Amino acid sequence: MPASTKLTAADITRIYRSLRLIRRTEEEVARIYPTDRIKSPVHLSIGQESVAVGVCDALTDADVVSGTYRGHATYLAKGGDLKAMMAELYGKATGCARGKGGSMHLVEMSKNVLGASAVVGTTIPLAVGYAMALRREGKGRVAASFFGDGATEEGVFYESLNFASLHKLPVVFVCENNFYAIHTPISKRWASEALCGRVSNFGIPTHRITDSDVFTIRRIVADSVADMREGGGPVFLECHTYRWREHVGPMEDYEAGYRDRTDMETWRTTDQVERVGALVDASTRRRVNLEIEKEIQAAIDFAEQSPFPGPEELYAHVFAGQS
Amino acid sequence: MSSPAKAKAPRSGASKPGVQGGRLLRYVDALREAVTQEMERDERVFVLGLDVDDHKGIQGSTLGLQAKFGDQRVFNTPLSEDAMTGVAIGAAIAGMRPIHVHIRMDFLMLCMNQIVNMASKMHYMYGGTVSVPLVVRSMIGKSWGQGAQHSQGLYSMFMHVPGLKVVAPSNAHDAKGCLIAAIRDDNPVIFVEHRLLYSTEAYVDEAPYTVEFGKARIAKAGDDITLVGVSNMVIECLRAQELLAEVGIAAEVIDPISLVPLDMATILTSARRTGRVLVVDNAWTNCGASAEILARIVEETSGGTGKPITMRRMGFAPTTCPTTPALEQAFYPNPATIAAAVHAMVNPKAPAWSPAPERAELAYQRQFRGPF
Repeated sequence: MPASTKLTAADITRIYRSLRLIRRTEEEVARIYPTDRIKSPVHLSIGQESVAVGVCDALTDADVVSGTYRGHATYLAKGGDLKAMMAELYGKATGCARGKGGSMHLVEMSKNVLGASAVVGTTIPLAVGYAMALRREGKGRVAASFFGDGATEEGVFYESLNFASLHKLPVVFVCENNFYAIHTPISKRWASEALCGRVSNFGIPTHRITDSDVFTIRRIVADSVADMREGGGPVFLECHTYRWREHVGPMEDYEAGYRDRTDMETWRTTDQVERVGALVDASTRRRVNLEIEKEIQAAIDFAEQSPFPGPEELYAHVFAGQS
Repeated sequence: MSSPAKAKAPRSGASKPGVQGGRLLRYVDALREAVTQEMERDERVFVLGLDVDDHKGIQGSTLGLQAKFGDQRVFNTPLSEDAMTGVAIGAAIAGMRPIHVHIRMDFLMLCMNQIVNMASKMHYMYGGTVSVPLVVRSMIGKSWGQGAQHSQGLYSMFMHVPGLKVVAPSNAHDAKGCLIAAIRDDNPVIFVEHRLLYSTEAYVDEAPYTVEFGKARIAKAGDDITLVGVSNMVIECLRAQELLAEVGIAAEVIDPISLVPLDMATILTSARRTGRVLVVDNAWTNCGASAEILARIVEETSGGTGKPITMRRMGFAPTTCPTTPALEQAFYPNPATIAAAVHAMVNPKAPAWSPAPERAELAYQRQFRGPF
């Protein structure tokens, strides 16, 4: 929809629903995780939901997203099936990747969610290549590529920016800058914090959003995408955000000493889930919350009741066309 | 040992590439014909790579393609092998059929992350919901001082990883058929070409055809020893076979054509019959294709009741490839060293024998004059 359109109550409810679904799903994942029923490392997006939601709400179903191993938010924000995701985390045959991918490799091609990778930066050029195919297709579809601040240190990131800009490909590059690559802060990794400056040198318009505002992110993407659908080239967003839990796993890790709890508490004062929830009328919010709880419980039940893949699945899908 | 007369008589099982007809065509022109025909047949096929659209056109293998198909389907790339491999994979999962061309196989080391961590695994890791119909063409250099980083045959690195197919056709007929098969394959295919094969000619059908992966070709039949050559080492083995025939040794020469999948049945049948196997690889032997082939023969035959099989392998000297011809000459197996090794295997108690050096020279080596 056009960026200039004022958001309706229904729009805000939809955005709230997406934010809340991701938050609550991951809280449940964290709750279940110590039982060892989830058979996969989990990298939670709790605190970072607004980036995925802001971007994906500005896209259509036909547009494509490419995420990272911290990808639950991207997958769900783009409409990925929650049951298939939960089953995937449980290693079940009904998972979105038949249990062969796990949390780090969520995929749902029917919703145009490209598969995620555990190797930082690796999916960035894939999104660019997909965008090249979309441009050739000529239907105005676009691709959004999500990656973290660490990925911007990989050579492939700059190679991808250059090629996307050279060919004016319809890619939204979205850097989820949570300031840490695992436990290493940007101050130990970047010679300069001018990330947008580095990117703009490739002739790509850049936007730096430092408050994680879901509506700001949504508006910028909607404007950019409208231009891309008419033949425009790539855009880059640096979205500051904050990971509330540990890098991998369900816990908090402020006692480890590499970052301060006060940083998280500052971010928490502008938590987008709460903020947008407050914009939704109370009865609607209660209804949405209840629906979300039911949906999550149904997904957990589905995952728990689904079978593990049979032994024959080990050798299935090594090559396409063989199984 | 066979008589010379017997050695010269081809076995009925021997198949010759292109015997069905066609014209004599150079390997490089067969590659271009394959791509041209597939691009005409399927608009999803496109070609990208450094220098694919310049005036040399990858030794001629891509020459004229851009003029014919336009710059959306044939285009040059930045020197960004890592990202460009990812771009090709991204286009492939979107339904296109990319052919990514590298003028040297050595440059594939810059693509390893995308090929090994993504292309090979995506079909499996994403539960069969995506496929990666990607062809990676790469050329192995040799001769005239190609040196350390323009000469490597690094295909065994790709053989190691499930999900990749690896093919190394040794003649123009198979080059065309394998390339068409690779383009039509829904999996990533590492397509290995050898620069010295480019000018060699074979009979090639004009109509499109495929050469099936996983089916070895008996290039020359013989009873005394099984020679398995890889890529241009097939040609070197065939020359060695001629030299050996002159001294009464009948070597069977097998061209696996594809290394993944690998037709072990044909190799095993021959090995059990001849009782001797020499694998001649266009690469180092350590953890290489030759190691794999011999290991599988051992696994299949050890403890069995058949006659014991004598096995050996040859490949690059276990050194970096030197540039100076004085050393480069000793780096590669050649028809003389292959023939001498065979002679020692067939006649272990006889004095060492080696063909006269001038007899061992290959026609294509005489043709190539440099400079590069």
